[in-house]
Amino acid sequence: MKSLPHRLADGGRIARDTPLSFTLEGRSFSGFAGDTLASALLANGLTLIGRSFKYHRPRGFVAAGCEEPNGLLTLGEAGRTTPNIAATMTELHEGLHARRQNGMPSVDFDLMAINSWLAPLLGAGFYYKTFMGPRRGSWMFYEPFIRRAAGLGRAVHERDPDRYETRYEFADVLVIGAGAAGLSAAFAAGNAGARVLLVEQDSLLGGQLLSRRLDDAGETWRAGVEKALATCTNIRILRRTTAFGLYDGNMVGLMTRHAPGQPQGVRGEAREVITTLCAKSIVFATGAIERPLVFGDNDRPGVMLASAAQTYLNRYAVALGQRIVVATNNDSAWSSAAELARSGAAVTIVDQRSEVSTTLLDGARAAGIAVELASVVTRALGRRRVRGARIAALAGGRETTLACDLLGMSGGWSCTVHLTSHTGIKPTYRAAIDSFVPGALAGGQFGAGAIRGTFSLPQCIREGSSAGASAAQFAGFNARAAGPDHAMTLALTEEPYSTEPVRTAAGEVRGKAFVDFQSDVTTRDVSGAQQEGFESVEHLKRYTTLGMGTDQGKTSNINAIGLMSALRGQAMASIGTTTFRPPFTPITIGALAGRNVGQHFRPVRRSPLHDWHASHGATFIEAGPWLRAWYYRWAGDTVASAYIKEMLAVRNAVGISDVSTLGKIDVQGPDAAEFLNRVYVNGFAKLPVGKARYGVMLNDDATVLDDGTTARFGETRYFLTTTTAQAGEVMSHLEFLQQAAWPELQVQFISVTDEWAGMSVAGPKARATLELALPGHDFSAAGLPHMGCRELIIEGAPLRVLRLSFSGELAYELYVPADRGVRLWERLLESGAGFGIKPYGLEALASLRIEKGHVAGLELDHRNTLDDLGLGRMAGKDKAYVGRELRERSELKDPNRWSLVGIEGLEPDARLRGGAILFAATDPIRGHGRGYITSVTWSTVLGRFIALGLYQGGLAHQNEEIACAFPLKNEIVRARIVSPVFVDAQGERMHV
Amino acid sequence: MLKIVCPNCGERHYTEFRYAGDATKARPKHGSGDLRTWHDHVFLFDNPKGAHREYWQHVLGCRQWLVLERDTATNNPGRSWLASEAAPP
Repeated sequence: MKSLPHRLADGGRIARDTPLSFTLEGRSFSGFAGDTLASALLANGLTLIGRSFKYHRPRGFVAAGCEEPNGLLTLGEAGRTTPNIAATMTELHEGLHARRQNGMPSVDFDLMAINSWLAPLLGAGFYYKTFMGPRRGSWMFYEPFIRRAAGLGRAVHERDPDRYETRYEFADVLVIGAGAAGLSAAFAAGNAGARVLLVEQDSLLGGQLLSRRLDDAGETWRAGVEKALATCTNIRILRRTTAFGLYDGNMVGLMTRHAPGQPQGVRGEAREVITTLCAKSIVFATGAIERPLVFGDNDRPGVMLASAAQTYLNRYAVALGQRIVVATNNDSAWSSAAELARSGAAVTIVDQRSEVSTTLLDGARAAGIAVELASVVTRALGRRRVRGARIAALAGGRETTLACDLLGMSGGWSCTVHLTSHTGIKPTYRAAIDSFVPGALAGGQFGAGAIRGTFSLPQCIREGSSAGASAAQFAGFNARAAGPDHAMTLALTEEPYSTEPVRTAAGEVRGKAFVDFQSDVTTRDVSGAQQEGFESVEHLKRYTTLGMGTDQGKTSNINAIGLMSALRGQAMASIGTTTFRPPFTPITIGALAGRNVGQHFRPVRRSPLHDWHASHGATFIEAGPWLRAWYYRWAGDTVASAYIKEMLAVRNAVGISDVSTLGKIDVQGPDAAEFLNRVYVNGFAKLPVGKARYGVMLNDDATVLDDGTTARFGETRYFLTTTTAQAGEVMSHLEFLQQAAWPELQVQFISVTDEWAGMSVAGPKARATLELALPGHDFSAAGLPHMGCRELIIEGAPLRVLRLSFSGELAYELYVPADRGVRLWERLLESGAGFGIKPYGLEALASLRIEKGHVAGLELDHRNTLDDLGLGRMAGKDKAYVGRELRERSELKDPNRWSLVGIEGLEPDARLRGGAILFAATDPIRGHGRGYITSVTWSTVLGRFIALGLYQGGLAHQNEEIACAFPLKNEIVRARIVSPVFVDAQGERMHV
Repeated sequence: MLKIVCPNCGERHYTEFRYAGDATKARPKHGSGDLRTWHDHVFLFDNPKGAHREYWQHVLGCRQWLVLERDTATNNPGRSWLASEAAPP
């Protein structure tokens, strides 16, 4: 294998015995196991990783971790394509396919780079100011073009073949971050006996320690603790797992990525898993993120964080420069510079401070590093690759140019306070380290290490140890002394850290000085925002889009706050931060959805007769959670033709329909009659045994909750039915009344919806069918009159017969235990065969009731009252019932309320449509109208379309002409208000 | 996210429950009270910051209605008891 331009011959945490090949836009590259996609590309000498969001400027990697703003690639192919993935967080694997983004036509040759020359026109707010005219709606026209020119990767339309999971988990102590502090905390908490979960977004444990040389004392400690943790059975470690959000009650959202290289889905593993974790206590050891410096053209490829250059060198054995300038305001960059110098590069440190500790100076001298104090870098030179740095002394004087091929920058460290701030705890500014640190944490939450501004390794370890012990104690465990092997920590030297706020040279910035790389926000945009009055950080963010990219401003927020603080002449602390919200790093919609996709999006309920319907030509339709038989093939191939034949079967002979989905509640107890009498608007106290009654129940506010039939099968036994849609709601309502409002009533009830199969036999031949199917029982008009009910025993099982009618025909509802459903259904079909019995579906069922003017879910919209639905006369005059008092509200007595009407077209062939807006004949067709059509059907009896609807003033307008507007089809149909009972108003057909 | 102690079932995740509103007011006795009394009961609520009492129902558990003390400022749950029983002292 030929050696790569920037790969060192040895060192690093890569497995040189496991070479991997991958492609970038079809071109083959190679790397090693242990590489990230970023380190492998850099080792191959590829520095141009993308084009910037707005100006299409060439960009390279800035970071080596999750904060990377530029190095976003599209990974995978076809349905597995995922855009905007940080290459710095992507473990390399064999056959990985990657593409760069936002180049037109390509990243290497991008025509849109002209935007860079148009930059003076393209400042913050440019799009919204420019593309609003000339007419209303112009933005809608321009937007697609703008989105195409400015933007990141694109999602694909293909189905994702992979599986995702969501799950729940619990822990005594959760430790977030496996750097020195986190490792030490996990060890201490585990030692105390707590069930510990340690999560780390990286594939390896160690955090910043992984960027140290393998012969460093810190590495000795790291490896020792990792080994020790592996032997503790009460400590679980989740690698490749990001804690993306903190929620109330110490609940944390975790996202775990599948280990790379194994073909996903083959062995059934999930590509990503989201875990909702409940922890008794949490140790936040999330570390800190290094900040860039803001100077002219600081976005040139080859300008990167000093710590990132160190990481690429020590962890991935990638040497990125021979002549290196490191610009800084703090101590940590000096150790990065020393590491870089060890690789043989010529290194110059440019530190803005006029004085630094002698330890630093001695160290630099020993490493052969040139030092420029009281100086800053003002501009990076080069275009597609950095070629040099302009250096200015803060005291003034001529600028000098230093040639370089790598420009490291370090503007100090920002504590990673994102998670601790998610629940609304505001971070506080600490001047000594020029960073925000977590505010006062809630109970059971502890911080350790760099997140608290502690940057020395031995101190981080001590803090971790004590936070781990405290967390275990909070979770109820007796913390025993000592964290991980103190002898090991003794070998580590204290590393003091000091910094000062960033300073800039006098004079104007030349070139563009980027604050936010990903959103292409420059210092000029920030000062522009301030000039236009967008001074608060939240306004600054929205005006400039700073911090709104996929990186959420991890490298840019504090610099922006610093700039704004200087512009306004106010302290950092008083400026404050923008609100931190989950997720910390992007999570995929696939992971959030987990298995709740396709059919699993919502569980489906099936009737006990479902299989029969399926094998007898039924087409199903979703009705709430249920799958119901919609129509049957015997009647036609489409619903439009089938339901009419099914209706005719019921009107002319006999039909059978599955009503198992109705809510069924078994109500029992000495006070059951009183209970029902209170719940329903109409009287139930005197309902005799053997009789059923239609009832309506109201909410407290007097709107209609539900309707249904309740049958009394014994002195203290009732069988209550609800509509399919409201079953759950009614059950909760009844439970509230019984438990919270009237605990003195002796009544119990239980849902028996799934226990009973229900079927309706309707039509002139219904009685004859029952008599044949169930011989020996009296179904005569006298034996089982209208609204009568009987409980029979058939083949040793109960069978409940209720004579009641939804269709207006002579009809019976029969209920048997669910497992007997098919047997009874087939028996009824057999017995009715001679009369021409046919199964009918939901469409015909609903149409038959429209002809009779019975209200159903479409009319019961939770806004209408009894009177709106024409049911006012049902309400008992001399009894109390839920909702009675608020029926008296004057607003509910307004005669102009929208109330139930029947509608029929003026022309016999006029097509009415559900949802059509109703207008009086003389109204202009505009606005919300005077009502709308709720239900519509072809009436087999009348030979025309009929409808139910809600209309202002209701039946006071009977026989008036109206217009039914259906703008979706540009239709206006003339119609007339009529009684909602279209068929057999006297009810003669069912009283036979 | 909330963990709620159901008096029957113990500590459970809040997604097993359904939130059902203010529990600080006594419901007027059935059949008594005029329009104004019921209007105030059904429509007028305080929106306190801090300690509050709410109805929750353990719909995916024992189906009991309970009263829960919850701090609306911190979302920290407090005591809970069955709605059919009197508030504990």
